[in-house]
Amino acid sequence: MSEQVILNIEGVNKRFGGLQALTDVRIKINKGQIYGLIGPNGAGKTTFFNVITGLYQPDTGTFELAGKPYSPSAPHAVAKAGIARTFQNIRLFGEMTALENVMVGRHVRSHQGVFGAIFRHKAAREEEAAIRTRAQELLDFVGIGQFASRTSKYLSYGDQRRLEIARALATDPQLLALDEPAAGMNATEKLALRELLVKIKNEGKTVLLIEHDVKLMMGLCDRISVLEYGKLIAEGLPAEIQSNKAVIEAYLGGAH
Amino acid sequence: MLTFDIQKNPKQAYISMALLLAALIIFPFAAAPFGNSWVRIADLALLYIMLAVGLNIVVGFAGLLDLGYIAFYAVGAYMTGLLASPQFATVLESLINMNPAVGEALAAVLGEDIRTNGIHLSVWVIVPLAAALAGLFGALLGAPTLKLRGDYLAIVTLGFGEIIRIFMNNLNDPVNITNGPQGINLIDPIRVFGVNLAGEQGSRATVFIGSFSMPSVNAYYFLFLVLTIATVFITSRLQHSRLGRAWVAIREDEIAAKAMGINTRNVKLLAFSMGATFGGVAGAMFASFQGFVSPESFSLTESIAVLAMVVLGGIGHIPGVVLGGALLAALPEILRHVVEPLQMKLFGKVLIESEVLRQLLYGLAMVVIMLTRPAGLWPSPKHEERPDADSDSKGQSTGVMAA
Amino acid sequence: MDTFIQQILNGLVLGSMYALVALGYTMVYGVLNLINFAHGDVLMIGAMIGLSILNLLGVYAPDLPGYVQLGIAIIGAIPACMLVNILIERVAYRRLRNAPRLAPLITAIGVSYLLQTFAMMIWGRNPLPFPQLLPSDPIMVGGAVITVTQVLLLVLAAVSMFGLVMLVERTRMGRAMRAVAENPRVAGLMGVDSNKIIVATFAIGAALAAVAGVMWGANYASIQFAMGFMPGLKAFCAAVLGGIGNIYGAMIGGIVLGIIEALGAGYIGELTGGFLGSHYQDIFAFIVLILVLTVRPSGIMGERVADRA
Repeated sequence: MSEQVILNIEGVNKRFGGLQALTDVRIKINKGQIYGLIGPNGAGKTTFFNVITGLYQPDTGTFELAGKPYSPSAPHAVAKAGIARTFQNIRLFGEMTALENVMVGRHVRSHQGVFGAIFRHKAAREEEAAIRTRAQELLDFVGIGQFASRTSKYLSYGDQRRLEIARALATDPQLLALDEPAAGMNATEKLALRELLVKIKNEGKTVLLIEHDVKLMMGLCDRISVLEYGKLIAEGLPAEIQSNKAVIEAYLGGAH
Repeated sequence: MLTFDIQKNPKQAYISMALLLAALIIFPFAAAPFGNSWVRIADLALLYIMLAVGLNIVVGFAGLLDLGYIAFYAVGAYMTGLLASPQFATVLESLINMNPAVGEALAAVLGEDIRTNGIHLSVWVIVPLAAALAGLFGALLGAPTLKLRGDYLAIVTLGFGEIIRIFMNNLNDPVNITNGPQGINLIDPIRVFGVNLAGEQGSRATVFIGSFSMPSVNAYYFLFLVLTIATVFITSRLQHSRLGRAWVAIREDEIAAKAMGINTRNVKLLAFSMGATFGGVAGAMFASFQGFVSPESFSLTESIAVLAMVVLGGIGHIPGVVLGGALLAALPEILRHVVEPLQMKLFGKVLIESEVLRQLLYGLAMVVIMLTRPAGLWPSPKHEERPDADSDSKGQSTGVMAA
Repeated sequence: MDTFIQQILNGLVLGSMYALVALGYTMVYGVLNLINFAHGDVLMIGAMIGLSILNLLGVYAPDLPGYVQLGIAIIGAIPACMLVNILIERVAYRRLRNAPRLAPLITAIGVSYLLQTFAMMIWGRNPLPFPQLLPSDPIMVGGAVITVTQVLLLVLAAVSMFGLVMLVERTRMGRAMRAVAENPRVAGLMGVDSNKIIVATFAIGAALAAVAGVMWGANYASIQFAMGFMPGLKAFCAAVLGGIGNIYGAMIGGIVLGIIEALGAGYIGELTGGFLGSHYQDIFAFIVLILVLTVRPSGIMGERVADRA
């Protein structure tokens, strides 16, 4: 079991006008872990995600990926550094086929430009073939290989989620960050998703996961952090989290 | 069936292309008995097709609504006007008048020949230069628009197009660069391998190649045909490449594109630049073909005309755009030859002039297409669509079964 | 100093017309997130209809006082422009409410084109003289000059804008308009028929443009089928400058832009050492637009755009 720290983030604060969305949030994820981030609605989970991946600029915070500091200043820089994400409301390239979507994921790890596009010299052709092959591999890996040439907006909901994951994997990330990948799924689909995530973990990938399905998280994650009102209220093994008073109150508390 | 989709159906695509090429090559000879005007219409139509295919990169692939595209056409045309006509002599003269020290120094450097006759570069220099200059302008004009959303981007690009036109119209004082509203005249015709495409003096616009002769408009036709084919070829290659996918990704979902590591700023600038280069080359050809350029040819009306071609034909789909360009460029001219005489015969006078008809067509094209067939007359062939009910079953679609 | 006051006056006159047209753009953008590209041409239609009415009056009632004739022209132009704008909304824009952003914009451009073409067919291609019905002796203000027509223009613009503010702030319909501009769905839940409100928005914008159109003709003494394009574009820039969707923004933006343009045209020669002349006047609006969108996209007074999520 590798003890290498993949993601080490500390002291993140983010304010939106009058609202303090995140207060001193930190997270530490080891390589090969599936790390969960849970919390009631509005706790700041997606905000934290957006900060980590460069969509929002934090007010404060230190960010390290695999021991090297990285600057979450722009999403494409973050992807290049090695964090790939999916979105809460699936953001696929609707008019492209499934294969093309994943091929776009390879963009950051390839480099042919205008010259290669026009002249298609040997190196360009080889890179293009490699991109295509890898994309198909990833589609097969997540289980939708047979839909490679289907226009992605016509895929079923569950398959679209898989596609988004395949596309994120295509960037060869050090950390795969999934924002509510199980949203809108039924029990069977969630089971299949769980299997896929375990498969990804077995490949040695590190996963950070936001989810609402507590049962799914407990069975899947190695460690969990809990956010409430932008603050970290608990962090630890699933069993510890389940019996944590503050967590229980956050979810059930007061009039609920 | 005529298809050009190399991906799906290569054999049929190549056959279609060969057929089309044959028809295009035969066309001027077939049209000869009917006079030169048809080929002339085709010449201009080919220029418009180049423009439409170029604009398609910006609007169709990358989804950036550029309403000032004609600015790049103008850049290419005016550059040709300055570098392939006596105009530069006038520029020098007015510079000397305004600031004798600088003017004389520059004239001394350039030499007496340029001072009297202007600059006359050959087409082999003009074309790449026009492409490069237009490409540069593309990036310059695109840069301020990178963070703007759709409508605003459209208006700002429109503004830029207008600014360029206003400058072309007014840069004649104190230094006479563009010769103002009168435009630049006496632009050199194109000389390829020693052959003057406008025909030598006294040949009555006939071009002689060896023992073979043809009217000048035919010579230009073949040149423009080659250029148009090159334009289509290059943009098609761009489309099916890493860059082309990046453009479409930005169009479909810019945030997701960024999240996948695409540097959207650079990729958008590339779209503007690449699109502009084709505009510039077309502009250079136009200037040489027509022999003069004036600001009227580069108004918003023209930008919109090219946009209408892209929209009518099929945004993003190169064959569709070519069709749209051909239709909207040639149809009004054809109508003019047909409709006005027809109206004379039927009504004894011309009720609707062809100019008006042309404008009606363009306006209607845009409105009707957007309301009824927004993907255009010839959109991209759909990839596999929604599966039937039974193939959507859980077992098949997820592929990872519970152990 | 005299030039300065003169340019300010010119700017006020120009700006008032921009403001009237900008209001139409901003109100429509506020409820539909759509640039009604054809709005500038509604100004032109107002001017043309006004001209036709004046020509008729010139034949059948030439002894009516100038003010009255102009008044009739305006009163006649308003319903015509309202009709045009309502038709445009109904035929061209309504179906595309939920289409991807490119579609309504392209349609709008097409509509603008068609309006110009129809105007060209009906009124011809050439510039048409607009009758000068008001006394043309200039009035001295400070060291500057203003005509009766321009004074009337300022008065009418002020009255119209005041009327609009009263409508929006004090009436039931105005409240409904503000509600739809903020959140059409919720407004619908509260019983507001957003379609009706949208139609009303188009109609009111058109009425203002009609006033601007007739007075434009009276001020510049000449109109033409393509006259609406530039002012329309500039009025849109003014709307953005003031804050799109914000009617106070449109009013302020219009006046400010008019003044900037007048001052710019007056002083550009000096500013650029003689290199650029006053015929570069048109570029100011675009420069302002680009600056606003780069530096402060929400405009002077802040944008108010519908939450159409």
